[in-house]
Amino acid sequence: MIAFVVRRLLQGVFVMLVVGFIAFSLFNFVGDPVSLMLPPEATQADRQEMRVSLGLDKPFHVQFATFVANATQGNFGISLRLGRPVSTLLVERLPATLELAIAAAVLGLFVGIPLGVFTALKRDSWTSRAILTTSLIGVSLPNFLIGIFLILIFAVWLGVLPSFGRGDTVMVGPWSTGLLTTSGLRALILPSVTLAFFPLTLVMRLVRSEMLEVLRTDYIKFARARGLTDNAVNFGHALKNTLVPVITITGLQLGGIIAFAIITETVFQWPGMGLLFIQAVQFADIPVMAAYLCLIGLIFVVINLVVDILYYVVDPRLRLDRGGAGGH
Amino acid sequence: MASAPRPLLEVRHLRVEFNLRRGTLTAIDDVSFEIAPGEVLGVVGESGAGKSITGTAIIGLLEPPGRIAGGEVLLDGRRIDNLPAEEMRKIRGRQIGAIFQDPLTSLNPLYTIGRQITETIMTHLPMDSRQARERAVALLEEVGIPAAGRRIDHYPHQFSGGMRQRVVIALALCASPRLIIADEPTTALDVSVQAQIITLLKRLCSEHGTAVMLVTHDMGVIAETADRVAVMYAGRLVEVGPVQEVIHGPQHPYTAGLMGSIPAIGQEVDRLPQIEGSMPRLDSIPKGCAFNPRCPKVFGRCREERPDLMDAGATRAACWLHRVDSPLAHA
Repeated sequence: MIAFVVRRLLQGVFVMLVVGFIAFSLFNFVGDPVSLMLPPEATQADRQEMRVSLGLDKPFHVQFATFVANATQGNFGISLRLGRPVSTLLVERLPATLELAIAAAVLGLFVGIPLGVFTALKRDSWTSRAILTTSLIGVSLPNFLIGIFLILIFAVWLGVLPSFGRGDTVMVGPWSTGLLTTSGLRALILPSVTLAFFPLTLVMRLVRSEMLEVLRTDYIKFARARGLTDNAVNFGHALKNTLVPVITITGLQLGGIIAFAIITETVFQWPGMGLLFIQAVQFADIPVMAAYLCLIGLIFVVINLVVDILYYVVDPRLRLDRGGAGGH
Repeated sequence: MASAPRPLLEVRHLRVEFNLRRGTLTAIDDVSFEIAPGEVLGVVGESGAGKSITGTAIIGLLEPPGRIAGGEVLLDGRRIDNLPAEEMRKIRGRQIGAIFQDPLTSLNPLYTIGRQITETIMTHLPMDSRQARERAVALLEEVGIPAAGRRIDHYPHQFSGGMRQRVVIALALCASPRLIIADEPTTALDVSVQAQIITLLKRLCSEHGTAVMLVTHDMGVIAETADRVAVMYAGRLVEVGPVQEVIHGPQHPYTAGLMGSIPAIGQEVDRLPQIEGSMPRLDSIPKGCAFNPRCPKVFGRCREERPDLMDAGATRAACWLHRVDSPLAHA
């Protein structure tokens, strides 16, 4: 187990180096940063001085090493557009995005799993069919369209929920949270529902098909033959066996939710990292883009690590280091 | 063997149908038999003869579209085929245990065997978890799992096939049921392990006085284990009788063919004897006796009228040859 985690951590470090390299090369794609930063009338000497002070005269690998060393300390330089340290900007925006993403993920899981179980157990009921048909909307409609529809219905027509922004926030240490104020919670509803739609339907359909598969297995039939109650069979035995694929998909979806929050954040003007990133793209704000790339990469690596560890927790067959098989 | 005054299990005119879109298939047609307390009844027949479905129907676990369309099942004189689901659940495991064919897939891979056994015990018996665990260790020792106190916390994948089938037997015996339905309990095992499992099953059931309905297509297993044997063909019972009589003096031509096709060691033959043709599909069972197209002794009545079980020497067979007024009865 320990060896496995260490191996995964090393792989994660390698992935982060690759991501860092791609982020680093962004700087070179957009031309010479010195000419971007100095006024056109600057002299050759000024340029040379700037070049040395920025370390740009050093060989490529030294520059990359410096970038990595700074990045590991959270130093991604100064935003070209806002003139403030990128790390400060991200730390300001991170809570908004994470709160939105986690609210969407919780919604997706806590509604998706029960619906999946229900539609599997009551396979032929009218309600199940209605749920499944509705879920096609979640799979097929693009995110921003759902967001706009929700704004139209709940903000414009009914006027019960805010259509944009994050509402009032409270600082808890360095973390600005909208979860503790009524207006913050109300503002969270529409964007998180929008963002949850796709993962919710995905989790539901996945749980349903896995449940149908597991319910056909011999050990479920045997569990019934032993006279266990329906609840023990359906939830204790069947549902747990569907969890491994559900964990995989949920993990990937969580990363996806954070990354794709860009669109939802734009629709709802949600002051998160996605909105920051979109604005950075419009202004060619390279340090922000590079830092965002690295952060999303890090989030995916961490989620994948957690998912792999959860496999171990759920499925004993993967715990190879525990006790050998017995003889005949 | 004479049956006890009151049979433990009585199956009367059982009929199982599958309502499919293209029509209704009759998988079990008018099957009646009984099992006395402590008796081992072997049920044999080819694949698809309805052996397993009979077992599944008795424990009330037929999956739709299958359903019991007629007849009744009585346990200790009490009708159980029409009980509400919750009542039937309490009988499963408590009164009737079950063992399935493949021990590799019968256990939930995510839970220790101990958890699965104690869960079953606590479902049926008024025990707390410590008592249930003690009973589980005792059961595992009884079915011959070495170091049961330690092995109880292992997962199914840490056991070999034979050991897993022992665990499955322990699970079936959890709440001391009075009847065990064992559906091909040795088919998926190595030949060397099969004998051990059969011996174990036989010993435990005679010690506990548990009756067994042993479903198999292995005549060797039947000969060694069963007190009586029931032969099934195309969803019908064709012959029932004490095991020695049925093996050595089969009264139904199908049983005779079945026995004749078992090769004996040391006997040299050019071709293994076999019954010509194959069992009819459930949607095209012929009129009269289901076996008539393959029967070497077929005559007119067999094609017209379906025979019921009738006395035939030491056994009972569903064959017109044994009707006294049959033209061939004394031939």
